[in-house]
Amino acid sequence: MTKVTFQNFKPYIWLLSFAIFTLGSFCFGFDPGKTIYNSFTVSIIEMISFIPFLFIIVGLFDVWFPKEKIERHIGRESGLKGIFLVIILAMLQAGPLYGAFPVAYILYKKGASIRNIFIYLGAFSSLKIPMLGIEIGYLGLKFTLVRTMVSLPLFIALGYFMEWYLKDKNFKVNQIHETC
Amino acid sequence: MNNALIFIAFAFFASLVSFLLDRQKTISGFKKGLKMFYNILIPFLDILIIVSLALFFVPPQLIVKYLGSDSGAVGFIIAAIVGSITLIPGFISYPIASSLLKQGASYATVAVFITTLMMVGVVTLPLEIKYFGAKVAVLRNLLNLVTAIIIGLLIGAIL
Repeated sequence: MTKVTFQNFKPYIWLLSFAIFTLGSFCFGFDPGKTIYNSFTVSIIEMISFIPFLFIIVGLFDVWFPKEKIERHIGRESGLKGIFLVIILAMLQAGPLYGAFPVAYILYKKGASIRNIFIYLGAFSSLKIPMLGIEIGYLGLKFTLVRTMVSLPLFIALGYFMEWYLKDKNFKVNQIHETC
Repeated sequence: MNNALIFIAFAFFASLVSFLLDRQKTISGFKKGLKMFYNILIPFLDILIIVSLALFFVPPQLIVKYLGSDSGAVGFIIAAIVGSITLIPGFISYPIASSLLKQGASYATVAVFITTLMMVGVVTLPLEIKYFGAKVAVLRNLLNLVTAIIIGLLIGAIL
C-alpha cells in the first residue's frame, strides 16, 4: 500500500495546476486561459515531434559506443589523439556540468594532462550529443553548427592556456566523497 | 517540422541497422533512451507551461526592446548575467531560447545566454572549488564567461 501524500504529487504540481486552470478556462470561457493553452499545445507538439526520436538515437548510441570503454582507454595520450579522445568521451555524456567534475577527477587520476582535463570540461559543457540533438531541434542545424564550430577552437585554446598557466603550480583534482 | 523529419528518419535508420546487427543491444538501447526521455518529461512539460504563461504575459515588444538586435549591450549583458547565475538544465534552456528568438531576441543574445548557461556556473562554484581549489575554479569560470561572450558576439556576427 502506498500512501498518497503531497510528496507523491509534488513533481506533478505544475501539470495538475495547469490542467485545472485550463479546464476552468474552457468551462467559464476565460480567453487568456485558452490562449495560453493553445501556445502550450503548439510547443508540446513541437517537442513530441522529435524528442522521443532523439532519445532513441541517444539510447542506441549509448549501447553501441559505451563511454566506459573509451574511459578505460583514456590516459596519458598526448597531442591530437588525446584531445580527440577526451572530446569524444565528453560528447557521450549527459547531464549538468557538475556531473563532469567526478569524471575530471578520474581523468586526472589516470594521468590525463591539465590541458585535456579542461578541454574535457569545455566539450562536456557544450558538445554533449543529447544536447546537440535538442539544440538542432529547437534552434536549427545552422545555429548548432555555427555555435559548435565557434566554440570548439575556443575551449581547446582555453585548455592550452590553463595548462600553460598551471604548469608549475602543482595543480590537482580532489576526490569528493558524497556525504549527503 | 522539417527538423522533426530528420530525427524520425535518422532514428528509424539507426534502429534498423542496429536491429539487424544485434537485437538484444537494440532493445536495451531503446530502453535506455526511453528511460532518459521519461526522466526529463515532467520537467520539460513544466517548462513548456512556464514558457506558454510567459509568452502571454510578456509582450514581444518588451523582448525586442531588451533582447533584440537594437538593444545593444544591455540585452547582451542581461543574458550573460542570467545565464551565468541560473542553473537551468540544458534541455530546458533550448525551448526558452527558441521562443526568445521567435519573439525577436537577437542571435548574439540568445547564443550568449545558452553558452553562459552551459559553461559558467555561479551556483555550482562551491562544489567546483572542492574539486579544483578556489583559484582554479574561479579562473575557469571567469575565462569561460569571457569565452562565452566572445562566442555570443561571433555567432551574432555570423548569423
